[in-house]
Amino acid sequence: MTKRERKKLLLGLLFTSPWIVGIMVFTIIPSIFSLYYSFCDYSVLNKPVFIGTGNYQELVTDSVFWQSVWNTVYFAIIFLPLSTAVGILLAVLLHSVQRGRMVFRAIFFVPSLVPLVALGILWRWILNGEFGILNTFLSAVGLPAPNWMGNPDTAKLGLVISSLWGIGNSVVIYLAGLQEVPKSLYEAARVDGANPFQQFWNITVPMISPVIYFNVLMGLIGVLQVFALPYVMTDGAGGPVRSTTFYTMYLYDHAFTYLNMGYACAMAWVLFVIIFLITTITHQLTKDRIVYGSH
Amino acid sequence: MARIDQVIPRGTQKRESLFDSKLFLQILQYGGLFTASVIFLFPFLWLLSTALKDLASATSVPPTLLPPVWHWENFRLATEKIPFWTQAFNTVVLCILNVIGTTISCALVAYGFSRIEWPGRDLFFWVTVSTMMIPGAILLVPLYGMYRELGWIGTALPLWVPSFTASAYNIFLLRQFFMGIPKEVTEAAEIDGFNQFQIFFYIILPLTKPALTVVALFSFLYVWNDFMGPLIYLTDEREFTLALGLQAFQSRLGGTEINLLMAAAALVILPVMVLFLFAQRSIIEGISMTGLKS
Repeated sequence: MTKRERKKLLLGLLFTSPWIVGIMVFTIIPSIFSLYYSFCDYSVLNKPVFIGTGNYQELVTDSVFWQSVWNTVYFAIIFLPLSTAVGILLAVLLHSVQRGRMVFRAIFFVPSLVPLVALGILWRWILNGEFGILNTFLSAVGLPAPNWMGNPDTAKLGLVISSLWGIGNSVVIYLAGLQEVPKSLYEAARVDGANPFQQFWNITVPMISPVIYFNVLMGLIGVLQVFALPYVMTDGAGGPVRSTTFYTMYLYDHAFTYLNMGYACAMAWVLFVIIFLITTITHQLTKDRIVYGSH
Repeated sequence: MARIDQVIPRGTQKRESLFDSKLFLQILQYGGLFTASVIFLFPFLWLLSTALKDLASATSVPPTLLPPVWHWENFRLATEKIPFWTQAFNTVVLCILNVIGTTISCALVAYGFSRIEWPGRDLFFWVTVSTMMIPGAILLVPLYGMYRELGWIGTALPLWVPSFTASAYNIFLLRQFFMGIPKEVTEAAEIDGFNQFQIFFYIILPLTKPALTVVALFSFLYVWNDFMGPLIYLTDEREFTLALGLQAFQSRLGGTEINLLMAAAALVILPVMVLFLFAQRSIIEGISMTGLKS
């Protein structure tokens, strides 16, 4: 190594030194410990005791664990398609007008900045079974007015509705995607006699497919880690009768309520495997269908 | 003559029907946007309306849309129910520390990953990107154990110290921008005898101000909104952040004094809205960027 190369290496290490510390102390070493704890009986108060795959075996037979998996999957199945459809619809509407586009975009975006605790408290009040304004509207037009968060059958839907208010983030990203689609494609399609729906399915959707993929994947990873909203809207109980105990909430309960930290680590590693599999599988499945532009 | 008469009406007719369908489409588009806007804005109206009512009218059935009497003092009363200003101060300090820590450390590291060539750099960067796959849940328990050993539980230290050691996502974002600056720009400075730190400070940072602003803004918003971190590490109400204090207020009330709870929630939301008003462009561009660049 020449003197110049050595100097470059030193400089590189110097500039990245905060991250060398960060990645070791706050990511890599804790990950190794986490993996070890997942095979231990560990309460943080005592030293971890190795129990092999005990935690993982317990997970398989833990009915509340499976309930939390089901709750999370159920939430994802309803929320993701809805948020994608509404997000794209709003972005297409925004894209279709010239005047007032910025104002409307700001209106759709702003709720996504509301801190989740405040959002949860506000929507819990809107969804209130007795005094809630949503039920006032629903009753007025003759629709059923359930006790949203107080009923295990509707509590998850209540969370979906509350979360939909905060999708402005993805609207902004979809709109940015739409703005990148070359106008000439639509002109060519019009010349060929394609109607607006054909244009949407054959031009818009393929052209913004990378953005859709990004939003759905981020949404999915976000849903798997949903915590603050159900916590705030159910006083941390995940109720009624465990209907809103989501994966990360149950994990948190084991770690910090029952001090069952080894078990919580096992849950975290299962989550990691799930996220890893979903990311790889969706990448493989969509590889050929996503149109990446030249830019 | 007859031929011209036939041609002209037909021409106008065609233009009119085209105009009609365009107008119809416009009405549909703006109608949709207005309806959606009303739905998106209504919760804010309801928040403020409830916050300004007295308890009796807040819980009246059927609810009234606007307060019969506007109780502006509710905002003051809400701040007296919890150590609001102490918690606001804690939150602001935490936000400032995180903004400084994140922006400085991530800029330095991103520079090291983009503008200096050194052996092992690309491998290290690949490792960095891979760690973005690790969910926070995995780190929860070991980090708690570590902070407990250090005696940091019950203090705000776990909520800001790590920000000074950079984070993978922001490094990734800033690196993209630093790489976008042509080599010639810095080569000229090198010839003029600038060292790497001078180039970083006097050339790269000023050129990438918009990206740095985005990183700083998102860091601020993240800390202002964060709930799980403070929930795990803070134990004393006087050390709480506003997000955690608001939740504590809610669970203590147990559904009573909903008007004061809404007033407190509105006060927690307000600073974020003000920030959006001033930094709208950066925030929106930052969000669009994350979607298009990654």
